[in-house]
Amino acid sequence: MNTKFNFSKIAFLAFFIAFSTALSSCKKDSDTDPEIDPNKKGMVEIKFDNIAGQDDFALNTNYTNAAGETFKVDMLQYYISNIVLKSESGSEYVVPQEESYFLIKEHDAATQLIQLSDIPEGNYNEVTFTVGVDSLRNTMSPAERTGVLDIGVEGAGKEMYWSWNSGYIFFKMEGSSPQITPTTNNPNGKFYYHIGGFGGYDAPTFNNIRTITLSLGRDAAKAREEAMPSIHIVMDILKVLEGTTKISLKEYPVVMGNPFSLKVSENYMKAFEYHHVHNEGH
Amino acid sequence: MKKHFLYKILLVFTISILFFSCQKEDANPKEKFEFKTPSNFPEPIYDLKENPVTLEGFELGKKLFYTGMLSRDGTVSCGSCHAQTSGFTQHGHDLSHGIDDKLTLRNSLPIQNLAWSKNFFWDGGVFHLDLFAIAPIEADNEMGETLPNVLQKLRDTEGLQSPKTDYPLLFEKTFGTKEITTDRFLKALSQFQLMCISANSRYDKHVRNESTNEEKLTTQELKGLELFEQNCSNCHSTILFTDQSYRNNGLKIGNPNDTGRHRITQNDEDKFKFKVPSLRNVEVTRPYMHDGRFRNLEAVLDHYTDGIQDSETLDESLKSKLKIELNQEEKEAIIAFLKTLTDEEFLSNPILSEF
Repeated sequence: MNTKFNFSKIAFLAFFIAFSTALSSCKKDSDTDPEIDPNKKGMVEIKFDNIAGQDDFALNTNYTNAAGETFKVDMLQYYISNIVLKSESGSEYVVPQEESYFLIKEHDAATQLIQLSDIPEGNYNEVTFTVGVDSLRNTMSPAERTGVLDIGVEGAGKEMYWSWNSGYIFFKMEGSSPQITPTTNNPNGKFYYHIGGFGGYDAPTFNNIRTITLSLGRDAAKAREEAMPSIHIVMDILKVLEGTTKISLKEYPVVMGNPFSLKVSENYMKAFEYHHVHNEGH
Repeated sequence: MKKHFLYKILLVFTISILFFSCQKEDANPKEKFEFKTPSNFPEPIYDLKENPVTLEGFELGKKLFYTGMLSRDGTVSCGSCHAQTSGFTQHGHDLSHGIDDKLTLRNSLPIQNLAWSKNFFWDGGVFHLDLFAIAPIEADNEMGETLPNVLQKLRDTEGLQSPKTDYPLLFEKTFGTKEITTDRFLKALSQFQLMCISANSRYDKHVRNESTNEEKLTTQELKGLELFEQNCSNCHSTILFTDQSYRNNGLKIGNPNDTGRHRITQNDEDKFKFKVPSLRNVEVTRPYMHDGRFRNLEAVLDHYTDGIQDSETLDESLKSKLKIELNQEEKEAIIAFLKTLTDEEFLSNPILSEF
């Protein structure tokens, strides 16, 4: 009696699983796009393109911010990490954390192209990423800080790490403005925006970890075994200074490890925008 | 016949005793080199499974600790500001001196029992021993170098003959290959520092009931211990003689820019709070306080009886009376007790010394 009951229970469960699988697979992209085979893997490229309002952004070029100040940027780089792609069917692909850290540098075009592999075929229409480095990685030993996170490598973590107040700099922008009053410590009127702060190891401190989700609207990045779509995201340097709070460089020439940095990271959350996608190569 | 057989057995027995006793001696030429937790200490905070201490790793770490190559111009080593005989501090300097004779912000802290340390520096800005050495290497008033440069300089020593050091060879002995990475470099430095264990003071022997007649605490020292427990051990607690918290002990503000823990947390409640330091080897780590303002232990105790300044962040334990009540005799007893925390074996241990 007992075994029979168990058997019927299992049979019911099996039926339920099969049914729900069938149902959910009906909802999958393969419904609209019969060529999708979720067992096949493809690649997705994400391009980060820095702009200044309507113009393409370039280092050492004059721009005017919302406060009416003229400024030039001579260094701009930021971490992008923990990328998640969401498909039209609602399934999510989380890029394995170990492979999910990128340092985007304005002076190095190659770093502006992120290529993600092993992506299940699908039509992805939403991308989520963190500007910066998650708090957990910020607390790990050097063994877990490889690649762009290596604090002993020039061009990687070296310039993006505070050693005396241990933590990564998430977003770094430096330049100059004639509006900044020269001082003995700052004779060339430079500005330094080093935004970091992961919330503190054992005492809560300011937290500038910002996670951004961008919808591709009606577009989708069609990841296929034989095709690598390219999602283009723009980052508007002007919005870093005006996204939510209008910031004067004269008033704030140096923003580093202090709570005002929260205003800057709040601003740059609005600086990242989805622009377009190439599905046929580019 | 029977007797003969017995002799035979006896012979075999004798030979085997000789053989085994010889073998035993051979198998254990000396004690295995490893990290050991002293019996009166808690479990370490540092994860030794991630970085097990080996003789090779320790020797490499020691070389790195004592080489000037970690500084920009070769003049400053870790040992420059952390001298063993002064409990791995810089003797005779209120603020430690770095490269180009630049003054640093603070008095160097001892390197001892770091395996039990939750945080590093007077403000606790670094929370992993492996991440600690980067700060002095890259500070422009300490070693003025960069970590990538240090690693490159070490790689460039490949093939150098003695008395110069071939570092890639030492890395190979420790880690299996000659590759010098951030992680390996920092782990080797940690291995040396982890072995700087001070646990053999007269007080330790008192706690472990190991004192010889000469080592026994005197009546005055025992009275000092009792007074210490009543008046000081609220903060200087546990066998490590610190609760590892950050507190404002009522010092007159010295450098207004050095706001201590506040520099790390940016929290106003942390203004002018500094780490409660361990008191082990306190006799030899003078001068005292984060800025080395007090030359001797008498001045430290005078501060607690007569010098405490009230402020918004003054520690609760000092708020009500603004003083610890001690007479001269009691102060002397406390100082006598504090000197029982001096660990001569540690301060003169040849395996930790530069030469």
